[in-house]
Amino acid sequence: MFRYLVRRLLWACVLFLAVTFVTYVIFFVIPVDPARLLAGKNPTPAGIQRIRHDLGLDKPVPIQYLKFLKRLVVDRSLGESYSTNEQVNTIVLNAAPITASLVFGGLVLWLLVGLTVGILSALRPRSLLDRTGMVFVLVGISAHPVWIGLILIYFISFKLGWTPISGYCDFINPLPGSGCNGPVDWAYHLLLPWCTYAILFAATYVRMIRANVMETLNEDYVRTARAKGAPERTVMRSHVLRNALLPVVTMLGMDIGLALGGAVFTENVYGIQGLGFRLIDAITQFDLPIVLGVTVFGTVCIIVFNLIVDLIYAWIDPRIRLT
Amino acid sequence: MALLEVKDLRTAFRTDDGIVKAVDGVSFSIEKGETLGIVGESGSGKSVTCLTVMGLNSKRNTITTGEALFKGENLLEMNSGRLRDIRGNDIAMIFQDPMTSLNPVHTIGRQLTEAIRLHRDVSKKTARARALELLKAVGIPRAERRIDDYPHQFSGGMRQRVMIAMALVNDPDLLIADEPTTALDVTTQAQILNLMQRLQKDFGSAIIMITHDLGVVAEVANDVIVMYAAQVVEQAPVDAIFTRPHMPYTWGLLGSLPRLDVHVDRLVQIPGQPPSLLRPPSGCRFHPRCPYVMDICTSKDPELLPISDDPTHLQACHLDEDTKDREATKLLAGTLAEAS
Repeated sequence: MFRYLVRRLLWACVLFLAVTFVTYVIFFVIPVDPARLLAGKNPTPAGIQRIRHDLGLDKPVPIQYLKFLKRLVVDRSLGESYSTNEQVNTIVLNAAPITASLVFGGLVLWLLVGLTVGILSALRPRSLLDRTGMVFVLVGISAHPVWIGLILIYFISFKLGWTPISGYCDFINPLPGSGCNGPVDWAYHLLLPWCTYAILFAATYVRMIRANVMETLNEDYVRTARAKGAPERTVMRSHVLRNALLPVVTMLGMDIGLALGGAVFTENVYGIQGLGFRLIDAITQFDLPIVLGVTVFGTVCIIVFNLIVDLIYAWIDPRIRLT
Repeated sequence: MALLEVKDLRTAFRTDDGIVKAVDGVSFSIEKGETLGIVGESGSGKSVTCLTVMGLNSKRNTITTGEALFKGENLLEMNSGRLRDIRGNDIAMIFQDPMTSLNPVHTIGRQLTEAIRLHRDVSKKTARARALELLKAVGIPRAERRIDDYPHQFSGGMRQRVMIAMALVNDPDLLIADEPTTALDVTTQAQILNLMQRLQKDFGSAIIMITHDLGVVAEVANDVIVMYAAQVVEQAPVDAIFTRPHMPYTWGLLGSLPRLDVHVDRLVQIPGQPPSLLRPPSGCRFHPRCPYVMDICTSKDPELLPISDDPTHLQACHLDEDTKDREATKLLAGTLAEAS
């Protein structure tokens, strides 16, 4: 177990280096000079050169990368934004709770929908619920979140006026004068983003859970449980679901990364200033430190979530031993 | 009163291709402490008969008629609560494949105690003690330690022992064993059969042994039912099946049994395949594969009737008794000199 953890952490370091390095390289392959963008409307070559020197852009890429690593490890700092001189740490820390609100709220919603619809339609295949569920799955998987977001905004926020069109309310410290009032407004503002965000995943999970439950219902050990005289409730809980939901845990581990990517679309549609919004913003301004900062943070999150999921999996499935 | 009396049991499954009659008018009874062997090829309806008695077929696409009287109560018309009380308590079942019949995510101990606590209002500790007692009885070495192991940590033979322990944990009156040794290797098969016989003596349960292996039947059964294409074709005390079989299908089964004490160049095989139960052959269902087929066989379904000098020996065949006796004697002289 301990050796497994150590090995996993070492791999995490390798993965981290690879991801950040690739981000660095891609950034410098793009034929744009951030220094020129920052130097104003009529830059002099000397001015550009000075900015380039200030930002460290005149050094070779590998040296810049090593400096970035040194700063990260020694000073635990992601550096400063090229354009606003803000600390990237601050930007990421401010944006992270917003993205977390979106991702975890969405996660709860998609698991809720996935589990209920998935299990119920597996128990009653070909019923009305099952068929409706399958239509939902088809739409959810086929439609892009940006399109779903726009459609939801148009009908539910704009036409019906049930929810805000965009914006975000902080859960704990709402900005004074913003009309925000703690958790209720937080959830009210996030309702539509959550739906948009959750639909794709809910759809795939409904399909997977339905298939798993149906397959497990036919397992020999489920018949054994019934032969023992177990009531249907016990059979479902202790024998069917326990086994059918094991793969869901694996899927969750893999989808966390994908989910962070999905947040980029949703945040931009709803103007929620989370990590995804900042990321797109930074990319258009060629603000490497912010791009890197968000990448680093995202990578660490994904690595940590995957590790947690693997540990949970070993705990709930006795056949798996971490060695 | 018989412990279990099955009368004219019919089970049909609705499938996309039509209705499959998997059990078509099966009747038998079994007394306390007896062993009944049900023999037949794959797909002959042996397992479905027993699953129907246990109420374990999926309700949605199954049509069942007939009666299965357990101590006078009809299992087929019982409400589900009462049936659950009987299942695992009065009637227990052992399945064919021990590799898949245990839940992989629970320990053996938990699965055994679940079986106990579903029917007895006892503490976890008492249930565990009883589970341990049964694991020892079925010969699991170091049972105190293995009780907390998971199924994947057991071999096939050991898992089948666990299944047997689980079936016997509530002292059932009737044990239905659905090909309990099919998935095991030959040495383990013998052990499991001996174990079941010993436990039958100790616990006094009646056993229905479903098998396609006549060797198993010869070893354990008192009475034998031979099934073919969803119907009973011969029913007799075990000695009669082996000394005076009266149905060409039974001859085929006996002739295809390999033996060590008689030299045969080639085992007899029954030509052809078992028929589709979606559209069974007209008349006697065995007629397309029967070497003795007559005109009447293709049009008239033979009734299951006792032979003239033995009312306990039932058979369904149009051949006259002299021919049957002659052919049976010939067959036994050739391949089964010391049968029974």
